[in-house]
Amino acid sequence: MSQPIRVLVAKPGLDGHDRGAKVIARALRDAGMEVIYTGLRQTPEMIVSAALQEDVQVIGLSILSGAHNAIVPRVIELLREKDMADVKVIVGGIIPDEDAAALKQQGVAEVFQPGASLEGIVGFIRSAVGRE
Amino acid sequence: MKTAERQFTTISGVPIEPVYGPEALDGFHLGEPGEFPYTRGIHRDMYRGRLWTMRQFSGFATPEETNHRYHYLLEQGQTGLSVAFDLPTLMGYDADHAMSEGEVGKCGASVSSLEDMEILFRGIPLDDVTVSMTINSPAAVLWAMYLAVAEQQGVDWSRLSGTLQNDILKEYIAQKEYIFPPAPSMRLVTDTIEFGARHTPRFNPISISGYHIREAGSTAVQELAFTLRDGMEYVHWAQERGLKIDEFAPRLSFFFNAHSDFFEEIAKYRAARKIWAEAMRDRYGAENERRLKLRFHAQTAGCSLTWQQPYNNVVRTALEALSAVLGGAQSLHTNSLDEAFALPGEHAVTLALRTQQVLAYESGVTAAPDPLGGSYFLEKLTEQSEGAAKEYIRQIDEMGGMLPAIERGFPQSEIAGASYRYQREVESGERVIVGVNRFQSEEQPIELLQIDESAALSQAQKLKALRARRDNRRVQSALDGLRRAAEGTANTMPYLLDAVRAYATLGEICDALRDVFGTYQETTHL
Repeated sequence: MSQPIRVLVAKPGLDGHDRGAKVIARALRDAGMEVIYTGLRQTPEMIVSAALQEDVQVIGLSILSGAHNAIVPRVIELLREKDMADVKVIVGGIIPDEDAAALKQQGVAEVFQPGASLEGIVGFIRSAVGRE
Repeated sequence: MKTAERQFTTISGVPIEPVYGPEALDGFHLGEPGEFPYTRGIHRDMYRGRLWTMRQFSGFATPEETNHRYHYLLEQGQTGLSVAFDLPTLMGYDADHAMSEGEVGKCGASVSSLEDMEILFRGIPLDDVTVSMTINSPAAVLWAMYLAVAEQQGVDWSRLSGTLQNDILKEYIAQKEYIFPPAPSMRLVTDTIEFGARHTPRFNPISISGYHIREAGSTAVQELAFTLRDGMEYVHWAQERGLKIDEFAPRLSFFFNAHSDFFEEIAKYRAARKIWAEAMRDRYGAENERRLKLRFHAQTAGCSLTWQQPYNNVVRTALEALSAVLGGAQSLHTNSLDEAFALPGEHAVTLALRTQQVLAYESGVTAAPDPLGGSYFLEKLTEQSEGAAKEYIRQIDEMGGMLPAIERGFPQSEIAGASYRYQREVESGERVIVGVNRFQSEEQPIELLQIDESAALSQAQKLKALRARRDNRRVQSALDGLRRAAEGTANTMPYLLDAVRAYATLGEICDALRDVFGTYQETTHL
């Protein structure tokens, strides 16, 4: 059997609303993935270093505070600097359509807005790492 | 789905019988509105005497822009203010701190110094308008700023009326906006309760909040139980400080969620009043039964709003608001239809306020106190909510109180479990969310409030000018005095007042407290 998919679920920024991050972490785990949850108030530097250490294929960022345009591009940039551009970054939270489009242009694999289904997120991750 | 297979339960999972009859009221004594234990409400005449306060939680970008919104809301007939601060303010960072990048003014108004607080309330007479402030970890600092603004307006503190949220326990449990470890945080809360009992007899120094517990995914019963047990923890700390229960208990206020399960919510408010009044008398020895009334603010459930088909949110909010009114709320916030996306725009917030005005002036539900009292179903639900909440309270007592329960992650895991179960039910279609997992359709986008980085820039410029202009020696000596007070056991409020009057910034003051108290990192409970 192949190794399980490894995912880092991270909560950047100052916001403490972690309901979504925790539900996603549990759902991915129930789907057979190995999930590392960073906890709260992680800087982009901390997130990328955790991703490197844990050797994950996917980083999931949960952002509800509106700070995504400051935080997400910085994570992408750090991944490139560290030769980790193959790590897929997905973002979940309150991300307006136009911001979602801009983030995807900058290298985010997918943005999941409110109402996205757990099944859809699991399916996307499997296909993104070629494990359908 | 066929009726035979269908399970009927409340959102919290309480089974609902096919029909309720007189047996639901066996051995039951309900009491009157305005009488102990206040199940039916805290006033004999309820809304006949006075309507609830219509208080829309509001704040965004700079204090200048938020002040403008406050004047607008008051002109539209809103009867109290409720300040939303941004995340840097909630976390005790100045707007120009590195951690504040991208967050200034996004989730509320940015307030970094007394100067910002002066601007926030410019032209608003604080002896006339009641003000609620949603601030927790640095609540004592922001309250000191508020008291200093009142001084400048020439308003005696004894005439100030309003509420400080200041409920740190639910931050560790649910919302996670904490700075310091639990014990020094509880000391700061107790400092404000003590200071309030001496100086601000009409101001609520704390609003013990279930709202955020519910938004984090708890059931109604968990919200009820954890909130009331938090309240008991504050009472315990204040008594340990030497305060008499009858001198501070009447100023403890509460804040509950108005979620979408209509009858379960009404039962929750009624059970809350009963459990609290009985606990204050029997457990904490309050003597004056008339002062054991649980007064609460309610806000409709942000987490029930959907991104899909946003106009449905108007309907959800109206129903949720109705449950709060039928449950006897003292003040109410109705969410705006666009709040699944952003902070509300002016049009959306006006519609939300109009929703309350329609309930208050057109629907007729204000004419009789506790209009659903005696309903077989509702009384049974009230009794079940009370019983289930008391069982949680007993478990937490056995753990040695709320602080040890938080340390071992008990309420956090209970909530995480409930929120995961709920999401699974939505996923499977067992719980229907109109427009999300059934009755989907394409929607036109709605107009949204945009907050750009100009607020951050303007705040940073003001801070720079302030630091150059103020008497920095006075700032240093006030901060040194605060540090010494924090190291000892003195009430910190007078020292915080000295510091804010000297225009020490929020970040500087919180750094002084961080030096003494340290900071808190939680162990995550998935």
